[in-house]
Amino acid sequence: MYRIVNYSVVTLLGIAFLIPLIWTIFTSFTPTSEVTSSSNPFWIDNPTVSNYIEAWNTAPFIQYYYNTFIIVFGILAVQLFTITLAAYAFARLDFWGKNVIFILFLTQLMIPPDILIFPNYTIMKELGLVDSKLAVMLPYWASAFGAFLLRQTFKQVPIDLEEAAKIDGCSWWKILWHVYIPAAKPTYVAFALISISTHWSNFMWPLVVTNTVGSRPLTVGMAIFAQSFETGAQWGTVTAATIMVIFPLLLAFFVFQRQFVESFMHSGIK
Amino acid sequence: MEKKVNWLTGTGRGSLPPTRWKKNAFAYSLLLPSMIFLILFTYYPTLKSIYLSFFNSTMGQTEFVGLQQYKQLLEDDIFLKVMKNNLLLAIGTVPTSIFLAIYLAIWLNGKLKANAFLRAAFFYPTVIPMIAIANIWLFIYTPSYGLLDQFLEVFGVKGVNWLGDPSWVMYSMIFMLIWKEAGFFMIFYLAGLQNLPQDVYEAARIEGAKPFQIFRHITFPLLMPTTMFVLIIAVTNSFKLVDHLYIMTKGGPDNASNLLLYYIYETAFSFWDMGKASVLTVVLLVILLAISIFNYAYLDKRIHY
Repeated sequence: MYRIVNYSVVTLLGIAFLIPLIWTIFTSFTPTSEVTSSSNPFWIDNPTVSNYIEAWNTAPFIQYYYNTFIIVFGILAVQLFTITLAAYAFARLDFWGKNVIFILFLTQLMIPPDILIFPNYTIMKELGLVDSKLAVMLPYWASAFGAFLLRQTFKQVPIDLEEAAKIDGCSWWKILWHVYIPAAKPTYVAFALISISTHWSNFMWPLVVTNTVGSRPLTVGMAIFAQSFETGAQWGTVTAATIMVIFPLLLAFFVFQRQFVESFMHSGIK
Repeated sequence: MEKKVNWLTGTGRGSLPPTRWKKNAFAYSLLLPSMIFLILFTYYPTLKSIYLSFFNSTMGQTEFVGLQQYKQLLEDDIFLKVMKNNLLLAIGTVPTSIFLAIYLAIWLNGKLKANAFLRAAFFYPTVIPMIAIANIWLFIYTPSYGLLDQFLEVFGVKGVNWLGDPSWVMYSMIFMLIWKEAGFFMIFYLAGLQNLPQDVYEAARIEGAKPFQIFRHITFPLLMPTTMFVLIIAVTNSFKLVDHLYIMTKGGPDNASNLLLYYIYETAFSFWDMGKASVLTVVLLVILLAISIFNYAYLDKRIHY
């Protein structure tokens, strides 16, 4: 009895949580004339893809997709490089000032670049990089979170393995490449998922630092697109644009669901 | 689980012995790539904000004014309103979403297929960009023909102007943010539940403890480290989630939904008031640092790093 009541509550809540998504999908296939007149928002008389076509034709979505793609993977590629080196140093080397540098790294966890929009904008201006994809990427090329996550994994690699390889005359980067990086594969996947979803979603910083179609990511492009409509009649087009932005993320989420959930779990425990 | 290791540096196990400056130079060269970006986009802008906060810069003129701009802030009604809103947002979202997260985690902990589906239903809002959520909820909250008002109409309740009414707009935001964040926190509780000792539960069951007693006296206290961790994330987040304001309200009506980071954005990029934007940035930095220092000082003893 007790279980049934609670399970019913949880199920009802689950449905309630899904409604915004289901409604968005439905509306994106509803013809403009039906959007506000229909009495049941979860029923379409004449399903159509015209909203998608209209959104696609009104805003340069291909360019936006391209920009987001470059930004997201440009950030990830450099991050993987910087966090690997830093994680190895923190996990396996003793050096002068280690504590101080570790605390300096911690600072980025407390003060993420996302909130430094104003000073970072002035820095980009000084560097002459305003309105470039590079400006969107640069502040995130170092990741303290990634370095710590990876350091934890590197520390679990048996040190004997490294010592044996060293005796065989292996250089440090060969050891890193053949021992540490393969051993940390799940951590890399977890970090990549978090990094990609975070930067795909990022809005405030790109809004501030970009101002033309050539550098704007999808989120900013969609927001500007959505802002150009005022009335409810355009819901169909705006929801179609919204789906276009979140679809890759939702797809990745459902494909990598286990890894997604585990990556967030890991980031929490460690 | 590493117990005897210094949590901060990790020294004490598995480190190679140092061989003077060559080793130092090697370590520094590995840290250099990260350091360049940390210095350029974290330390330097932080110091720059502090420095600029002592200068008034209007119409191309910069003038040293000391703490004057900080003093002005305390008389700035919008700033006080923004701080109040941030506080209200934290009080409104954090406890509710944490309790919801615990409740959901407890009931969705099993390996059933239906549980996996429901977990996804609660978690997916976390993956969606805030700006897309803003689009969706803008329509949900639209007066009369929005989804919420249509739903309420079924029960004969007449909706209000959820985003246009200063006395309702914060509640509407809080409701939306609980939807956005509860599933995220649920994940941490699912992880926490899996680490709980099962024998305690069996003992409690043999003693004939009621489910709610088990929750109150065993589960909840044992999940305390998780709760502390989630609490810190949740409070920090409440200062970072602002993208929705751009689409939904622009901080309005009459700044009733404005938040600190959005106020910085407006001050800097709509009004081009550099001095004030710097002061506001410093205030935000101090708040986040205070939360984090509490985090590391307090959680240090409770969570294994």
